[in-house]
Amino acid sequence: MSPIIKAEKITHVYGTGTVFERTALAGVDFQAERGECVGIIGHTGSGKSTFIQTLNGLIKPTSGSVFFDGADIRQSKERAREVRFKVGLVFQYPEYQLFEETVFKDIAFGPKNMGLTESEISERVREAADFVGLDDEDLEKSPFELSGGQRRRAAIAGVIAMRPQVLIADEPTAGLDPSGSAEITANIEAYRRSTGAAVIIVTHSMDEIARNADRVAVFDEGRIVIDAPPARAFSRGEELTAMGLGLPTAAVIAARLRERGLRIADDIITSEGLRAALRAFRRGGGNA
Amino acid sequence: MLRDITIGQYFPDDTSVHRLDPRTKLIWTLVFITALFMARGVPSYALMLCALVCCVFISRVGARALVGSIKPVLIIICITAILNVFFTRGEVIARLWVLEVTREGLVNAAYMASRLVMLISGTFLLTYTTSPIALTDGIESLLGPLKKLRLPVHELAMMMSIALRFIPTLIEETDKIMSAQKARGADFETGGLVKRAKAMLPILIPLFISAFRRADELAVAMESRCYHGGEGRTRMKKLRMAARDYAALALGAALLALVAIANTLSGA
Repeated sequence: MSPIIKAEKITHVYGTGTVFERTALAGVDFQAERGECVGIIGHTGSGKSTFIQTLNGLIKPTSGSVFFDGADIRQSKERAREVRFKVGLVFQYPEYQLFEETVFKDIAFGPKNMGLTESEISERVREAADFVGLDDEDLEKSPFELSGGQRRRAAIAGVIAMRPQVLIADEPTAGLDPSGSAEITANIEAYRRSTGAAVIIVTHSMDEIARNADRVAVFDEGRIVIDAPPARAFSRGEELTAMGLGLPTAAVIAARLRERGLRIADDIITSEGLRAALRAFRRGGGNA
Repeated sequence: MLRDITIGQYFPDDTSVHRLDPRTKLIWTLVFITALFMARGVPSYALMLCALVCCVFISRVGARALVGSIKPVLIIICITAILNVFFTRGEVIARLWVLEVTREGLVNAAYMASRLVMLISGTFLLTYTTSPIALTDGIESLLGPLKKLRLPVHELAMMMSIALRFIPTLIEETDKIMSAQKARGADFETGGLVKRAKAMLPILIPLFISAFRRADELAVAMESRCYHGGEGRTRMKKLRMAARDYAALALGAALLALVAIANTLSGA
């Protein structure tokens, strides 16, 4: 099966011909399969945010093409519009974009723009609200009566309600407390599992990537420099540090223990993995 | 597209125009505008254009930036020019249905359009070469005498500088919100007037909310740094007129005089 979304040699230059000219993307190749969870990491200004906006056609790249389900998203105007709904994009701090009187109406904004019937809209709103854990009572509230975390989840539901086959989220957990971010991560994961959509998450949390992503793409100066499963990507710790990026906490601890002479595998990136490795080590008699 | 708006933008540099006292530049702009409205006939206009080109050249503000400043008001300039073409009485040189094109109309339109273009470029040159803070300091200082009349000059200047400061921020914010709503299929480009106005709601509401939020946060930040209005407030950078400022003002006066002379020369 062909990848659900594929980007070929994407370059993007801002402000061509002015003093502000800046290359944001310099030849990016990328693809994601159905049901896959891809993490995108990179330093601020490495081109991540520009890149994800090219995937649903919000930004037209200077050169290169994006293919959704095998066909170019710029084939025709109708196609471009359709792709907006099929490739759902959750921006940073999406709660600041809520505008309707009730949460229900706000979540319904996307489906309404798709031209669905009232009953279909209602069904989708409830389904999306269910994914993010908002109940019927919340749906009738004004978005401004919700807590910060709930507001964020309402905004994500607004994108999920379009039933995108690719769900892209730009730092969905930024600025939330640990339980709030865990909830959001779980909501997105639930959507991926039940619909088989591809999920692409931009994040600064290496732990999040280590736990959830099947693959991680590392952006640096407008290019993808590493594209590998997390365990393999995070084994290149020095390169990542040189790019101003960190490692998952568990990987850092494992590396320190290795420095002290403990024989621990170098593909440990999650706390579960670390715990298992340490247990095995102890059973082995601690002969290091 | 929204990023292209350059209102209130400041291009930092270190030219002699940038170094002038903001008060000098404000007065110069007023003088320039006055001269522009005094100007009659080709020689005066040529003089004004000359002065403008010199200022642009010295300030090293690119022609592109200036053209960019005119773009948003291009429609107004065009409408003004067209109205002038059709509604000036005089020698008829062409007829279009009930509309008459007169020689005087064409001449008027050309003058009006070039006056507007120079007016806008001239005032933009001020904001391009003066940081918002310097600009409001200058305004506050120039309006200083009005404090005697109990006008809240400092507060007005502070409000202006905050407004100017937040224009780029709000533009960026608008851009972001627009993208986000577009990602949910919002359509700002098609449909009639009512539909388009309605389509703006998903942008305007979040924008207003965030503007109020910002205002609130800014107020708290200002108060926590003990801001309490202009009374007893001292400045780190005192405005001081230098020799170049007096020279510039003298040049301004010379421009006014020259325009007056050019006017009489062209017999207007």
